[in-house]
Amino acid sequence: MSIAPSERTALSEETVVERPWVTIVWNDPINLMSYVTYVFMTYFKFDRAKAELLMLDVHEKGRATVSSGTREAMEIDVAAMHSYGLWATLQKDD
Amino acid sequence: MPDGFTRTPSGRTVIRLDDVERNLLRSLSEQVIAFVSPDDDGDARDPLAILVGIDDASEVPADPALARLLPDAYKDDDDAASDFRRFTERSLRETKAAHARAVGEALERSGEKVTLSDQEEPSWLGFLNDARLAIGTRIELTDDNHDELAELPEEDPRAGLLDVYDWLTYLQETLVQLHLDDLS
Repeated sequence: MSIAPSERTALSEETVVERPWVTIVWNDPINLMSYVTYVFMTYFKFDRAKAELLMLDVHEKGRATVSSGTREAMEIDVAAMHSYGLWATLQKDD
Repeated sequence: MPDGFTRTPSGRTVIRLDDVERNLLRSLSEQVIAFVSPDDDGDARDPLAILVGIDDASEVPADPALARLLPDAYKDDDDAASDFRRFTERSLRETKAAHARAVGEALERSGEKVTLSDQEEPSWLGFLNDARLAIGTRIELTDDNHDELAELPEEDPRAGLLDVYDWLTYLQETLVQLHLDDLS
């Protein structure tokens, strides 16, 4: 069904660019800020500064996009977040 | 307040827990295992589905506390959420049960001083978090009603649960801090 070229270099104005999928972590009243930071550092291998920035987004803005890529890759990330007890969903990037 | 988790000079993670605390944690570990165990009727399930870890259950759990432990992966797409659940929920339940089991085993072999192996630490973190999620959801904790819940009369069952919740929070925080120091 795909009419998209297999190489990114072939993109033209008429080409439908697939929006990537993203993993979103949502705020909840129970997960500790330190624990969310720990999960981001451990699973995504972010450094502490980046992990804390994303954690603060979750805490203050209610959500943060923590990864992007194929739908399959995002399903793996979401499953991992659930195993840590974080509230995560995936969706097409908006 | 006790010390929570600490590191010995040789780098081992230890916690001192009295009998009451150990029994409480052991009981919580058993409760989490029972809570996340699928209540299927054994023989009725397709053996091939069991083998590859696919579940018949595709509905979000009716109990809000269990739904919080096993959340939907899609917000606005019920079909995709239900498919995701069929393929992943069983293994998620097993991961959570395994964490709780590891905690129970560590307590079983220990006296007042509990020493964790490197492999056990993620299980303790996961278990403490799962237990807090279940209790916190049960007492309907929000971002700003903790003080209100703390004022509840003793005879309200939520008062005792909040005490347990706060203690678990303290334990988890001390263990997370050790790990953050390791990672930084």
